[in-house]
Amino acid sequence: MSQSIVIKGATVVNRESQQVADVKIENGFVVEVAKNLKGDLQLDASGCIVSSGFVDLHAHLREPGKEEAETIETGSRAGALGGYTALVAMPNTDPPQDSVAVIDFVREQGKRAGLVDVVPSGCITLGRQGESLAPMAELSLAGVTLFTDDGNGVQDAALMRRALEYARGLGVTLAQHCEVAELTKGAVMNECSCCTDLGLPGWPAIAEELMVFRDIELVRITGASMHFLHLSTKRSVELVRAAKRDGLPITAEVTPHHLSLTQELLASYDSVYKVNPPLRSAEDIRALKDGLRDGTIDAIATDHAPHPRRDKEMSLDLAPPGMLGLETALGVVLAEGMCEIRDVVALMSWNPAKIARIGSTHGLDVVAGANANLCVFDPELTWSVDPDRLASKSTNTPYAGKTLRGRVRHTIFKGTATVIDGQAQK
Amino acid sequence: MKHLRSIDELGLDGLTGLLQLTDHMAEINQRPVPKVPALRGRTVASLFFEDSTRTRLSFETAAKRLSADTMTFNVSTSSVNKGESLRDTVATITDMGVDAFVVRHKSVGIPWQISQWTTASIINAGDGAHQHPTQALVDCYTIREATHAQSFAGMKIAIVGDIKHSRVARSNIQAFSLLGAKVTLVAPPTLLPPDVSHWPVTVAHKLDEVIGQTDVLYMLRLQSERMAQGHVPTLREYSEQYGLTHKRVLALKSDAIVMHPGPMNRGVEMQIDPSDVKNSLIHRQVANGVSVRMAVLFELLGSGSNLGGQA
Repeated sequence: MSQSIVIKGATVVNRESQQVADVKIENGFVVEVAKNLKGDLQLDASGCIVSSGFVDLHAHLREPGKEEAETIETGSRAGALGGYTALVAMPNTDPPQDSVAVIDFVREQGKRAGLVDVVPSGCITLGRQGESLAPMAELSLAGVTLFTDDGNGVQDAALMRRALEYARGLGVTLAQHCEVAELTKGAVMNECSCCTDLGLPGWPAIAEELMVFRDIELVRITGASMHFLHLSTKRSVELVRAAKRDGLPITAEVTPHHLSLTQELLASYDSVYKVNPPLRSAEDIRALKDGLRDGTIDAIATDHAPHPRRDKEMSLDLAPPGMLGLETALGVVLAEGMCEIRDVVALMSWNPAKIARIGSTHGLDVVAGANANLCVFDPELTWSVDPDRLASKSTNTPYAGKTLRGRVRHTIFKGTATVIDGQAQK
Repeated sequence: MKHLRSIDELGLDGLTGLLQLTDHMAEINQRPVPKVPALRGRTVASLFFEDSTRTRLSFETAAKRLSADTMTFNVSTSSVNKGESLRDTVATITDMGVDAFVVRHKSVGIPWQISQWTTASIINAGDGAHQHPTQALVDCYTIREATHAQSFAGMKIAIVGDIKHSRVARSNIQAFSLLGAKVTLVAPPTLLPPDVSHWPVTVAHKLDEVIGQTDVLYMLRLQSERMAQGHVPTLREYSEQYGLTHKRVLALKSDAIVMHPGPMNRGVEMQIDPSDVKNSLIHRQVANGVSVRMAVLFELLGSGSNLGGQA
């Protein structure tokens, strides 16, 4: 019998209840939620929240192919420190996640690291080339439930329609990176007054919105379920809101950086702020937050995208887009103070677990019998981000030196403490 | 002043100061031996990642007339092509003992990035479509020389052509406006940036509607690749709408000035020979380039009043 763990004195946040109690964990499960529990390992959590562990729908773990930037192990550790117990691994690896062999490899590497559940997504098209479908049925038999060409949008409308039809038969979800490529050639930042000044090619909002619109209409005629990755514009939120009102099986995510940072940061010429889709305007941020509050947006996902320093030291046009997210997501979301704690847990755990179809083990209420995938965080603790002290192999965080509010104290994965008092346990 | 990276950073005082200093340099350039020891012992490295003849030669000539040592970093034969990062390149040259980098690069923001990696001064000789501050200084000096105006208040300047992709336009809009001119941008909407509402300019789409009221007609170069990118249907059509033709020369005010940053696309934006225009300042722009760049180098690297003496 394994040692028991008791989380002492946190506020337990569940869907229908919120109470201060101790949580006892044994053999991978929550066994009791009550006052004055005792266990082999007692973790102080006074003033903290305990909830189901976070689920990231959007993590680039870079393995296989770009281990210089991140490995599944380092990314998993960053995730655990961020309160995550499951990460959906994006498929733009090298080789890409379009074969059972690569899917199995990614999942196995996740198990070896043993810090979070690594849930590999599959490619929609072979090699993410947008030309022919990946073997989605085989991949789905290998356990893939979420398919995406993330990094690329599927440009060909006919192919996307076929993919949705095929996905409906398999009962899987397609996740789209919405970007009409013809409109974003060479684009570095949002098309706005700031890109006018800098003389940089703009990434117009319409390039995202056209594909959101197209795919909503394709969902309407195919009936397949669809998830929109990293929405960034006001009009995208409006389109998704209307589609949900029509009852379409659509979900959507936003990233912490699109909720907190604006396009003007690019005037620093620092490519740490280059990301795809680009940072937008303050008005877009307001619309994204409205979308979070009214349920149009289902999840906050990190789009954690590590890049080695030498790549990010290139000029704005050449540097690869993307920024770290796993270790700062909670602190950014809480610092923005845009919603209640319960909503934060819904957006970072309950809803994404459902979208990733891992709701039987993740995103559960903290009650006796539930799988012990838990996050304990102090919602008031302020801390300053030091890129060199992050667990990620890369340092490209846009929050370097910034003060965030809210930090993960303990993370429990499959009944074992992966993080205690902010320190990774392996 | 540590760097010259944009007109914005330079500001009005910096701009007028450099224009005044250019007068001194122009005087030196009139001497039988146009050379002074002002920057003896200083080293200026030109770091050109984009083809340039006139700007690079102009800087190197300016440095030599101030007795600075120069080194030229030739990208095509350098280790940049062996995968050396820009940061390593800059650090290596800095270690050799360099006081200033003159940088041209196709990427926006490179002068700012480089200034984090070196203690040397940075002079922006063009970064992407962003800034080309010494060209703007040359143009302001040239207008001032021709009009004897200390301020450009009330002056109407039309900048014609590919504003969207032009670093010359971005620097000149800032410089002309700082000096008080009223700037009009003349271009089809496809060659304008997405949003210029916050710029101190007016916008026109028809050259013929503004040419008669213009004091300075500033023609920009149209690169032929803009056609392939669909910004204009054909060069012929662009030329008809926005090129300087004999007919348009006749529509100019009698004392209007014509300028072009070079190199000219004859038959496209310039359908005539510049010498056909009475007040073309295109040759003065080139001639003043050396004096202006001497002023910039002296301002950044000189130690006060040692402009006198013979080399």
